[in-house]
Amino acid sequence: MFYTAGTYDVIVVGGGHAGCEAALAAARMGCKTLLLTLNITDVALMPCNPSIGGPAKAQLVREIDALGGEMAKNIDKTNIQMRMINTGKGPAVQSLRAQADKQEYQNEMRRTLFTQENLDVAMAEAETILLENQKIQGVTTKTGAVYSSRALVLTTGTFLKGRIIIGDLAYPGGPGNQFPSLHLSDSLVDLGLTIGRFKTGTPPRIDRKTVDFSKMIEQKGDPEPLTFSFISPKPQREQLSCWLTHSNPQTHRIVLDNLDRAPLFTGVIQGKGPRYCPSFEDKVVRFSHKNEHQLFVEPEGRETDEMYVQGLNTSLPEDVQLQVLRSIAGLEHVRMIRTGYAIEYDYVLPYQLKRSLETRAIPGLFTAGQINGTSGYEEAAAQGLIAGINAAQYALGREPFILKRSEAYIGVLIDDLVSKNLDEPYRLLTSRAEYRLLLRQDNADLRLTEKGRALGLVDDERWNFYQAKKERLEDCRQQLKTTFAFPSDPTIDALLKEKNSSPLHERISLWNLLQRPEINLEDYQNHNLFACEDEQVVEQLQIQSKYEGYIHKQEEQVRHFEKMENRMLPTDLDYDAILGLANEARQRLKEVRPESIGQAFRLAGVNPADIQVLLIELEKRRRKKS
Amino acid sequence: MFEDTIAAISTAIGESGIALIRMSGSRSEEILQAAFSPHSPTQAIQKKESHRLLLGWIIDANGVKLDEVLVSLMRAPHSYTGETVAEINCHGGYQATTACLNRCLELGARLALPGEFTQRAFLNGRLDITQAEALMEIIHAKSQKGLSIAVEQLHGRLRIKLEEIEDLFTQLQGMILASMDFPDDVGDLDESEARTIIHRIQQEFDRLVRISDQTDIYRNGVQLVICGKPNVGKSSLLNYLLNQEKAIVTNIPGTTRDVIEDFIHIQGIPVKIMDTAGIRETDETVEKIGVQKTFDAISQADVRIFLVDAESGITEEDRQIAQILQGKPNVLLFVNKMDTSHPQITESDLYGPFAEFQHLFGSVRSGIGIEALESAIVQFVQQEQLMQDDLEIITNVRQKQLLKKCCAQIREIENLLNDASLDCLAVEVDTALLYLGQLSGRDLAEETLDRIFRDFCIGK
Repeated sequence: MFYTAGTYDVIVVGGGHAGCEAALAAARMGCKTLLLTLNITDVALMPCNPSIGGPAKAQLVREIDALGGEMAKNIDKTNIQMRMINTGKGPAVQSLRAQADKQEYQNEMRRTLFTQENLDVAMAEAETILLENQKIQGVTTKTGAVYSSRALVLTTGTFLKGRIIIGDLAYPGGPGNQFPSLHLSDSLVDLGLTIGRFKTGTPPRIDRKTVDFSKMIEQKGDPEPLTFSFISPKPQREQLSCWLTHSNPQTHRIVLDNLDRAPLFTGVIQGKGPRYCPSFEDKVVRFSHKNEHQLFVEPEGRETDEMYVQGLNTSLPEDVQLQVLRSIAGLEHVRMIRTGYAIEYDYVLPYQLKRSLETRAIPGLFTAGQINGTSGYEEAAAQGLIAGINAAQYALGREPFILKRSEAYIGVLIDDLVSKNLDEPYRLLTSRAEYRLLLRQDNADLRLTEKGRALGLVDDERWNFYQAKKERLEDCRQQLKTTFAFPSDPTIDALLKEKNSSPLHERISLWNLLQRPEINLEDYQNHNLFACEDEQVVEQLQIQSKYEGYIHKQEEQVRHFEKMENRMLPTDLDYDAILGLANEARQRLKEVRPESIGQAFRLAGVNPADIQVLLIELEKRRRKKS
Repeated sequence: MFEDTIAAISTAIGESGIALIRMSGSRSEEILQAAFSPHSPTQAIQKKESHRLLLGWIIDANGVKLDEVLVSLMRAPHSYTGETVAEINCHGGYQATTACLNRCLELGARLALPGEFTQRAFLNGRLDITQAEALMEIIHAKSQKGLSIAVEQLHGRLRIKLEEIEDLFTQLQGMILASMDFPDDVGDLDESEARTIIHRIQQEFDRLVRISDQTDIYRNGVQLVICGKPNVGKSSLLNYLLNQEKAIVTNIPGTTRDVIEDFIHIQGIPVKIMDTAGIRETDETVEKIGVQKTFDAISQADVRIFLVDAESGITEEDRQIAQILQGKPNVLLFVNKMDTSHPQITESDLYGPFAEFQHLFGSVRSGIGIEALESAIVQFVQQEQLMQDDLEIITNVRQKQLLKKCCAQIREIENLLNDASLDCLAVEVDTALLYLGQLSGRDLAEETLDRIFRDFCIGK
């Protein structure tokens, strides 16, 4: 029996990392919002690794923060370890990574959801998507509630027809042994969307009390840990360590002896898995020349004895998993708490989406996160934020909010999703961002805070902080550019001698002198040439001066890129009627319906000649109109 | 890419007497200014002036004249494309035309796609819709054809060589990117391994460039100039090589007034011979032009044959010519008329400015020493033994341009390996991969990602 349960501007289905950001963003933008989740205790669940950040992902988290999202603040409050990784490889790839207290992370996010104005949370399984005139009208639940809304955001993760596989055992299930969502993907097929199937997996969890850490290498957090959020206070909490151990030939022998029971090799698993996150059995087979593989044993929280074995993601039978674990140094007497498993799930082929993450087929329907074929908490949260923003924009009758590849890693992520043919779950990498020297984690606030403010997501606290920082940065920069060092100045001489730097022959601005690799702002501060207390500003000045040449080069590339990007393609273009397109290009253009000439050019199979044809078509249409 | 300045040869190459190179885009004027050296100040490109024909030379980066040309500048919007257009009328041969085009590309123009001038004309409102529709068909047909040619060209040794280089490049970029994206699994970049790969790439490139220069010789021919004082036997040698009476042969000094050009084949290599007027001071204006041309011919040539007369012995005039030739590569001194009864020149006379030239004794009239002369010419131009397969390597202007860009980029990468941080290095390798991808038509960025997962064991 169906009943009318409520009317909203935006409904978000799914309470994972994408769903939380989507619901918070829509509510903060003033939309009456409902978050539907299968299980209220499991919002913001981390069913796999207990960490947030790392290369490309840290950039995403900082961008989410600059736009007024929640992930950065949440992990800053709940981490058990912080490390800056890739130091010494340049600011563009340097990235922060946190180990999370999983339970605390969830609790904190739940608290934020419940205290958010305009946001209702309800526990139910969404079943059928309701349409009126091919537009979103609402959604029904398994228990008969009918919620109506203008916009609907699906953030269902790996729950759609989820199937858990452990050895020869396979059963329907969501991550962490939750209920799967069995009907929603049929509803999507009914709406005309094309669905694919992917696979991913997770390692076993072990009991801390049964681990011999004396046989492992300790990995401590940074002595002076940083934060993801630009406005979080300095962390004061005690940090926990992770531990490094290795597999050995005996471990590999156990795997090889049991391949006939490995679902990856027996054909039980059909979905395509990610190459960057292969199962342990896959690594043993493919890299048979390696005698050992790294394994990190990581705590899952302060209040639990569960530890995560990074590198041992597997769907081998439970008894084999235990044998494998016990063959490893330090784990000889280990007790397994949770069994590793593989999970197969339905996803929406993302070329069916616009860059706003709205489906092209159904106005008002948005999808974000793993349902779009991505992997990773950060990728999910970033999409959730954008889908939430655009669902709100849609409900409010405003233009969609799009980030370009040249503006943010979020832009790279979404552009890749809607333009590429995915053949494995998509993970963001710094290598995918061509303008990575501009899209750094350190300047995410400078790139995006103003956009977030315009959307109504950046509150006064963040805005005031940002403006003050920006002003200080500009002042200091001017000061460095207009203060000169002279060849005979004893202070300068002393500084240069101290740093083994060659003497000056002519006057040079402090800004330009800073471009010498051996000179740092600290040296200026030590010699009283310059003073600035703000660490974020000092970091910015340092990077902006030292990488000035490269930054200019990339800015020039971006100018060229944007010219193509700003030539929009009409959505109603009839590609069959355009003479002169090569068949392969025509096919691809019809499928993806790129929004700009730039995006069209990035499609595989679209050549310069096809772009010329499109430009001519655009001009023809313009002339017909005028 | 559709906002930049494009250039192309607008006439059929090699056939006509005059070839037209056309450039369109905002940088046309700047590029033409840099490439063009006017005959006189009145022929210089004036600011704000448009649609005037100017006489001068196209010069290379060192100011060496590449060809005598007529140029004109049509300022935007009063041109065929609606953008600023530069036109260069040069001499129709392959050498001159491609040299001029290459100069424009060197200065920043890009080779135009088929139909691209017309496309720009349409986009800038210079053509109507029916014309544009016809254009679409042309673009389609041409690009299909162009595509098949491009694919055909990539076979044999070039394809194998390129694949080797691509493989090394993706390996290098794979190492860099893996270190950036998977630091736990991969660690820091192994710099000595990276350097080894870079050196191997450089070696492969050097060889490719050498081979492409060599094959250029087979495709485009070698320019040979014959110089010497009047009546030393230049035209006789020319005729001997040509086996036909092209130049007027008399014993009155100064009767060969113009540079006469023709092609012969020496051991399979097309050789373009430029006969010259005798070099000497003269007041006669007609001959003055001829003498100037001789100087130009000497500096343009690939091989220079210097004739001296055994009958008259070494004269002051010979010494003057020797000075002009001094320091120039590939000079062959041929002591002619050795069949005379009392030759005045022996080995011991070839000292001073003559000592640096490779020399041969013989007689054009009796055909003595000509075979040795031909072998010497081939040796000059073909320093590397070519395999049969090498001849399949096609290096058109576009490919050569990309090859040069790749070479420059790999040098830059080597320089940066010590100083730059990994993120900057990766951006430079990206650029190299982009050029290389344009050369082979493959998306190497995607292949690099594949490479990371193949080469490194990565995974949480």
